[in-house]
Amino acid sequence: MDTPKRILVACGTAIATSTVVAKGIEEALKERGIQITTRQCKASEVRSLVDGADLIVTTTPVPSDLGVPVIQTLAFLTGIGKEEVIEQIITALKD
Amino acid sequence: MSRVIAELLQPTCVLLNQKFENSEEIIRAIGTELYEAGYVKESFSEAAIDREKNLPTGLPLAGGFNAAIPHTEIEHVIKPALGLVTLTQEVNFQNMVNPQESVPVRMVFVLALEQPKAQIEMLQEIASVLQNPGLVERILKAESFEEVISELRK
Repeated sequence: MDTPKRILVACGTAIATSTVVAKGIEEALKERGIQITTRQCKASEVRSLVDGADLIVTTTPVPSDLGVPVIQTLAFLTGIGKEEVIEQIITALKD
Repeated sequence: MSRVIAELLQPTCVLLNQKFENSEEIIRAIGTELYEAGYVKESFSEAAIDREKNLPTGLPLAGGFNAAIPHTEIEHVIKPALGLVTLTQEVNFQNMVNPQESVPVRMVFVLALEQPKAQIEMLQEIASVLQNPGLVERILKAESFEEVISELRK
């Protein structure tokens, strides 16, 4: 079995919005049979925690020179464009 | 059905059909109520206002009305609670994902979170309210705390 992909989920304080996003990603990918693990952090911690992550999903701006794909989205909070974002996540994890 | 939100909303911390000039006034008004009700420390309002400047929480929603969800670090909170402000006139918040962009907002949930990741049900319920334009509209029309609670419990 493949090693689960690791997604770093960032927001401002790492307590509120990233909790909803991490849960949303976990549920959506589980339904599609894709194994992942998530770790929540503050946007300001992304650079120090990026090692080992396959993808960053964030609700607040983060640096773009991290060497890992970054998806900035509010879809897990507002529902707008959620299916598209889930597809983007799956595609990013395949690369 | 938003059971957890209905339980966490405090009557004195629900300010309906209000008029405010800016986001700072809104956060301070609810912060003061949360403080007086014993849910947050005195430092909460200023901490949430500061955070809103650096890490804004405005959210453009699918319906005609947008929302914001100001909150701050757990050290300013004594026990979990929620405040709600509905506005008769839009007030600008900055977009969470794109802080250069203003989002005119009619509904503000102020979150007093006490532990990282502990309030997952409350947060998911807030997300599901935000994703339900009909419910957002009914909350905006509500004229009493009881009406808000009864909409949330439906």
